[in-house]
Amino acid sequence: MNTSRLTRMILVLALAASGAAQAADDSASDSDKIEAYREMISDGNPAEFDEMRGEELWKKPAGPKNASLEKCDLGKGAGVVKGAYAALPRYFKDTKKVQDLESRLLTCMTTLQGIPEADITAKPFASDKKPSDISSLATYVVGQSKGMKMAVSTKHPKEKEAYEIGKRIFNYRAGPYDFACSTCHATSDVRIRMQDLPNFNVKADAQSAYSSWPAYRVSQGLTRSFQWRLNDCFRQQRFPEPKFASEATVALTMYLAVSANGADYAGPGLKR
Amino acid sequence: MGNPMKIRASVKDGVTEVKVLMQHEMETGLRKEADGTLVPAWFITEVKAQHQGRTVLEAQYGQSISKNPYLLFRFKGGAVGEKVTVTWMDNKGDTRTDEAAIAA
Repeated sequence: MNTSRLTRMILVLALAASGAAQAADDSASDSDKIEAYREMISDGNPAEFDEMRGEELWKKPAGPKNASLEKCDLGKGAGVVKGAYAALPRYFKDTKKVQDLESRLLTCMTTLQGIPEADITAKPFASDKKPSDISSLATYVVGQSKGMKMAVSTKHPKEKEAYEIGKRIFNYRAGPYDFACSTCHATSDVRIRMQDLPNFNVKADAQSAYSSWPAYRVSQGLTRSFQWRLNDCFRQQRFPEPKFASEATVALTMYLAVSANGADYAGPGLKR
Repeated sequence: MGNPMKIRASVKDGVTEVKVLMQHEMETGLRKEADGTLVPAWFITEVKAQHQGRTVLEAQYGQSISKNPYLLFRFKGGAVGEKVTVTWMDNKGDTRTDEAAIAA
């Protein structure tokens, strides 16, 4: 190898190294830019429109029984919405089940308003063609816990059980990709494309992730509920579609919510 | 008659800051349905803001602006309690006007 060729090779290697460093800088500033963008539009979150829609639905008589949801007990007493989400999921005596917000709303809509369960669960998520009532109701309810401390209890044996089941689901590897939630959410400083992935074993990560859902998705132009978030996580793992408000999704929510205990609830959030 | 806007206005050191969140589909006219038919264009073409009858902002909007647009602007003047009015017009001829009182 002659000297000039060696010099050229060193030069190429040096360029490649600086190129890599440049790329790392870019990705850091990109996530900073996303942060700046979030902050810029945080007081113009279109999720507010969904909150308004949800509030109207909450107060308006509907269903075969022509009743509003103002007698719905979300765990703080009949009709109390303020702060209810910060303590959900929880055990409910009347249904003898641990329920998250959406499964509880489902109970209220079926018992108080007399709407058949299948009518609600057939299409529980919003699309650009049709908004979802249960999803808008959820957006309204979570908005009433903004700024409150997440305090989800595991005192009741059923709550403890749900937490343990949720933890197992979180770590359960299955499906054609041999995936688990923990494949992506149990390591720090990893991301999918531009999105930083929260590590649920780290308290601060779990808190900031959980407390920012439900959220308005700018790319979809829709406010997405927590049940939707889990449903889509299952899809991304190529798992069979989970049943809306099923015991499994509630248990997983329980695990994630307890992991986020102590956080100031900040939803409804805003995502790319 | 479109859906209501959210308008927040506040005055500080003689400058009023207005934040407007509009509810609109902002359909570009380039998107297709699953069956291949075009989704017709439907977007805001003009936005106008007035303070006590004086026009403080006029903007031309187009397809490149996102669904549910957010607008932030400032103008000189304005006092607590005075009204800021925002109007949009879209390409279907629909229009919506909302107002808000300036806060401290």
